[in-house]
Amino acid sequence: MTQTRRHLLELAPLEAREITELLDLAESFQDISHRRIKKVPALRGMTVVLLFLEASTRTRTSFELAAKRLSADTLSIAGGTSSVVKGETLLDTTRNLAAMSPDIIVLRHKHSGSPHLLARHIDASIVNAGDGGHEHPTQGLLDALTIRQHKKRIAGLKVAIIGDIAHSRVARSNIAALGKLGADVWVCGPPTMVPPGIEALGCRATSDRDTAVRDADVVMMLRIQKERMTEELFPSDREYSQRFGLDRDVLARARPDALVMHPGPINRGVELAPDVADGPQSIILDQVANGIAVRMAVLYHCAGGGGGDA
Amino acid sequence: MSDAPNRRLVLDDTAVRRAVRRLAHEIVERAGPLNTIALVGIRTRGLPLARRLAAVVREVEGLEVPVGALDIALYRDDAFTGGSKVAVGQTHLPFDVADKTVVLVDDVLFTGRTVRAALDALMDFGRPRRIQLAVLVDRGHRELPIQPDYVGQVVATQAGQSIKVSLTEIDAGPGGEDAVHLLDTPERANGEARKAP
Repeated sequence: MTQTRRHLLELAPLEAREITELLDLAESFQDISHRRIKKVPALRGMTVVLLFLEASTRTRTSFELAAKRLSADTLSIAGGTSSVVKGETLLDTTRNLAAMSPDIIVLRHKHSGSPHLLARHIDASIVNAGDGGHEHPTQGLLDALTIRQHKKRIAGLKVAIIGDIAHSRVARSNIAALGKLGADVWVCGPPTMVPPGIEALGCRATSDRDTAVRDADVVMMLRIQKERMTEELFPSDREYSQRFGLDRDVLARARPDALVMHPGPINRGVELAPDVADGPQSIILDQVANGIAVRMAVLYHCAGGGGGDA
Repeated sequence: MSDAPNRRLVLDDTAVRRAVRRLAHEIVERAGPLNTIALVGIRTRGLPLARRLAAVVREVEGLEVPVGALDIALYRDDAFTGGSKVAVGQTHLPFDVADKTVVLVDDVLFTGRTVRAALDALMDFGRPRRIQLAVLVDRGHRELPIQPDYVGQVVATQAGQSIKVSLTEIDAGPGGEDAVHLLDTPERANGEARKAP
């Protein structure tokens, strides 16, 4: 039984065809959010548990809306309110949830590999909503979809991902998705934040911002995640901003039609200048809107539905 | 008429064209004022049929009737139980359905389950004044209380048989002609037969 469940744990093992199918499916779901009745009965009678054991507003609400627009029943459990704070292990918490027969469990957890653990032991489809510094597959998919919609292609684009690569699950999922779809992915950050050997994931690495940004079609800025840092990795916000931030002058070195992306929440003035974040090249809010369609597609796929034919 | 032992031609290219023209004329006569009518094709093969009906109306009446596309994958009652998976296509209704007479268009009427799903999908876009149903082929064996208002051709079939509609817009077959065949094999799972136009 467990073997026949469909999960979405990470993008790295997926083939380009599978990623493209999920993006096509997401495109079919997009217009639902613009209808008067923003709901289809596809997952009627199914239960989706949102188990978010690490702080998240955007991803949790996005998954919750996605599940509701597919008519699933949702149950949301956040870190602070769960019995995890009473010392229960993740597996025990989830086994108790599984006894209530949910169809899909969406998990956000601070430890890499937690969703894989659940997928091995729990009879439900597991969707990874971010596991430690490993992957955030729906973010990778929604970024790929947003780029594809603006550029009409992904293959051949130069994409610069700048920031704390070492701690970033967003970077890993994007490297996987965009790399497989044929983009030329560059990662860039202070040497303390770019893990050696990252090129093995299918990208190029540099600590020189201008090398990464030059002639880029997409510049994706990552949030400085102070909550994940156990030591000082750069001297000050100001110095980081000067060497690795994106402002208008730096952006001018990219292609004139380059897109600016950020997974949010933004540290304004640190990694991203406010006028660039709100400027004409920014597609940050499109990313948010596409998040719902992508998560609808992922939930529908995990529930056993077919692909898109967009 | 027979071109293979397990495959019988029911309508040829000319017969399909005539059936579409007749359906269009019947819709013009019976669906009410033309400016209140909208044609909505059920994906996949209902859509080119709806476009052809609109073209005949334009030619005969000199009036443009709006055409929409309805994808019913998310409204099916067997999306997760059927053998092969149904692809999800896009729904596009470039008009307000409220107070319209919506004529749903599909190639084959069989169990009625597709039409049931289409009715639910359509209602989520508003409250049409009236919904009617036009099909190229009615092959019987209904499982729901649904009847067509306009029928191109009634074909008597048995449960183990299936109807294969080929339209040039979608099925670029040999010779590129429209055709309706009766096959002595069971209905193929919808997922296999559906392909985006």
